[in-house]
Amino acid sequence: MNDTDATPVLVAKGLEKSFFGVQVLRGVGLTLAPGEVHGLVGENGAGKSTFMKLLAGVYERDAGTITLGGEKVDFTHPVQAAHAGLATVFQEFNLLPERTVAQNVFLGREPKRRGLVDRAAMQRETRALLDELGIDTIDADAPVRTLTVAEQQIVEIVKALSTDARVIQMDEPTAALAGHEVELLYAIVRRLAARGVAILYVSHRLKEIFDLCDTITVLKDGALVSTGPASELNTDELVRRMVGRPISAYFPDAEPGTVLGEPRLQLTGVGNDYVEGVDLELRAGEIVGVAGLQGSGRTELVEGVFGITPFTRGEMQLDGRPIHVTSARQAVRSGIALITEDRKAQGLALNQSIADNALLVIRSVFARRTTEARRELPGVLSSLEVVSRGVDQEVQYLSGGNQQKVVLAKWLATKPSVVLLDEPTRGIDVGAKVAVYHLMRRLAKEGVAILMISSELPEVIGMSDRIIVMHDGRASAELPARSDEATILAAATGTLKLETGAQP
Amino acid sequence: MSTLTEAPAPVRRPRRRRLDASLIVGIALVGVIIIGSVLVASVGRNFFSAGNIRDILTGMSVLGFVAIGQTLVILCASLDLSVPYVVSLSSLIAADMMAGNPGNIPAAVLTVLVVAALIGTANGLIVTKLKVNGFIATLGTGLIIKGYLDTNYKGTSGSVPWEFQLIGATGVGPVPVSTLIMLGVAVLGALFLARTRTGNHMFAVGGNEQVARLSGIRTARPVIIAHLLCSMTAALAGLLLASRLGVGSPTVGSQGGYDLLSIAAVVLGGTLLLGGRGSIWGTIGGVAIFAVVDNVMSVMQVNPFLKDVVRGIVIVAAVAVYTARVTERRRPRFTAGSPTPDGAGGASERIGPDSLDNAGVAHSDSPVEDPQKEAGA
Repeated sequence: MNDTDATPVLVAKGLEKSFFGVQVLRGVGLTLAPGEVHGLVGENGAGKSTFMKLLAGVYERDAGTITLGGEKVDFTHPVQAAHAGLATVFQEFNLLPERTVAQNVFLGREPKRRGLVDRAAMQRETRALLDELGIDTIDADAPVRTLTVAEQQIVEIVKALSTDARVIQMDEPTAALAGHEVELLYAIVRRLAARGVAILYVSHRLKEIFDLCDTITVLKDGALVSTGPASELNTDELVRRMVGRPISAYFPDAEPGTVLGEPRLQLTGVGNDYVEGVDLELRAGEIVGVAGLQGSGRTELVEGVFGITPFTRGEMQLDGRPIHVTSARQAVRSGIALITEDRKAQGLALNQSIADNALLVIRSVFARRTTEARRELPGVLSSLEVVSRGVDQEVQYLSGGNQQKVVLAKWLATKPSVVLLDEPTRGIDVGAKVAVYHLMRRLAKEGVAILMISSELPEVIGMSDRIIVMHDGRASAELPARSDEATILAAATGTLKLETGAQP
Repeated sequence: MSTLTEAPAPVRRPRRRRLDASLIVGIALVGVIIIGSVLVASVGRNFFSAGNIRDILTGMSVLGFVAIGQTLVILCASLDLSVPYVVSLSSLIAADMMAGNPGNIPAAVLTVLVVAALIGTANGLIVTKLKVNGFIATLGTGLIIKGYLDTNYKGTSGSVPWEFQLIGATGVGPVPVSTLIMLGVAVLGALFLARTRTGNHMFAVGGNEQVARLSGIRTARPVIIAHLLCSMTAALAGLLLASRLGVGSPTVGSQGGYDLLSIAAVVLGGTLLLGGRGSIWGTIGGVAIFAVVDNVMSVMQVNPFLKDVVRGIVIVAAVAVYTARVTERRRPRFTAGSPTPDGAGGASERIGPDSLDNAGVAHSDSPVEDPQKEAGA
């Protein structure tokens, strides 16, 4: 299996890449042998995705060489790379929901017979590829929108296979999968490797890396830390190499003087179409983390609290009084704030100014407080350390971190008593992250109750006083502060055994 | 490639199949026909008489041509508002060039099609290369053509020879030749969408341009070709009108309201205005629904105001029905009243219900995976 002495199929050497003068990859290289499963690990922002995108030709590299099958290659487009035998399964799906599986697999390369698209061949070959992977639950003729996330992931892989790929890169292929679906993916990866396909496997889940990979390459801050056989590493050592710094330096402790107060938000057995039977108590001054896989119902939970998809069952109390929130407007009036997951689509009016964005909620819900909020705005922005050319600058020209701070400013203006944060640090730089963490601690000290959804387990562990884990639309576990990643992941994938008793 | 060619379909879990849009249109059409025939019978007339069928089919053909082309454009997530002016221009070019002489027919038809192709190509290039929204781009080219028509023609012009007028006048039984040609074009259009790469790519470009590009599709091509074909079907509509009127007319297109009516027919036929989903046959169904509704109202001598009201209601109601279906994107995980994960929904939750409760009380046996929960398939 780990016949790494064989002639390498892919050699990357000294790849470098900068964005806007920030170097995100410094001289990273690796070698892939046929049939090898090669794990690429590192924290968010370590440069894994950039590295993959350089190989795939999504970005052009600044320096370094890539050799595929002995020939130097210079891809400028992922399709070019795919034709040469280097296929990539990106984290976000590249599928057309309204088209069938076969049409998606052969998109852009439809087989022709007598000048017309040969639909029978398309279906037959898609079927054959699915059979090779041992998948018999996917109909080649079914529209992709009728498939589950896991099945769509498989379609992506089949799409990669259909180009006769010698190298397949997978970016977090299990991010959206449930437990048994991960097993299926394992089987597929092993089958591909057995056929001599080299696989570059990027994942945050270290268990997967150890389960699947022959070789592990560790990146940190855009540089290569180590490459070596998986058998020579263990989880602790790997984490040490990835992180390289204690987590505590990153996450501020609670501010002195923070006290746990009365319950602000209480949910008792709430449910709607997307979540079911969630109990939750959120107290003043408390930060509760919500972990769980994508699609586990985390976002749906806070959307329920915020009245976007109102709860239809169970009871919700705010400051001890029952309340039935049926619209976002009502939620805002009641002192709830929701920092949404998708900043650009749901958090900001991108081509409006910082001031307009920061005053958006106040103007529309508490119009009478606008003047006061406008007066306080410069202070709020500077306390959040927003870097801009002034409050009139359009937010689309700000960096991700500064945009997020504007979103926070918008909600701080409403003086909320309950703050719901959905992936508050996604896609922002480390400095901005730390600013967000400090802000959360400050709010907690002022008696605000905070519920934070995050996919980054270190963040959940580092910031939370308690951790709720969502799985399959339910709160599958409530864990104490500083629970370890393995326990959280187990709860998130529905495989947690609580025999040891994780009593709060 | 495979030795298991006719392998029996593997056991699949039941999926919640959504009704195919063109099927819904078909059902709606049948419903409209039934209601219509009852209404017509109530005033003592026969809806299914040969004469009435011919009227309905005649009413379909002009809008049918325009709507077929419009379907392609809308599939690509663009729009064509220039069609009424292309229709008028085509009728004029045809009638002027024919000038009553049957020998000029081939040249006139060819010229009309070439001019339309040029206009369509221009539309497509403006949309794809200058990145002007299709709505605005074709509004612009439409106005340019309108300006030309307004300044150069004060009324009808030219003369269409009898031989060409036959196309609009004759029929096979109750079916007019023009309708047969329109249906022939519809067959070609449907074949084009289903069986050519460019046709396939129209769905991709309209559905998600980013995905199309990452799949190596040259995204401009399908859009340009859609606009080109749309102008050409509009030209066919213009030729048919010239044949019926015997002359060319600078206002025949805009009087027909073919821009908005064709868009309405396309949307009525289940094609997504945002692109990426739809079909020619749905559009033909939409056109037929309009024709039947119009016909019933004419037979019953409904006043013109009420006619427009009914048309308006049909369009709005149709889109409301479709939107209700489309916005339900996220599948419910729990349906009211059944607090267990909904197996029939078939989403990614096939693990058994969790036996943990969130108070953190220890449960000896944790949720067991149950991948075999392939609900009775």
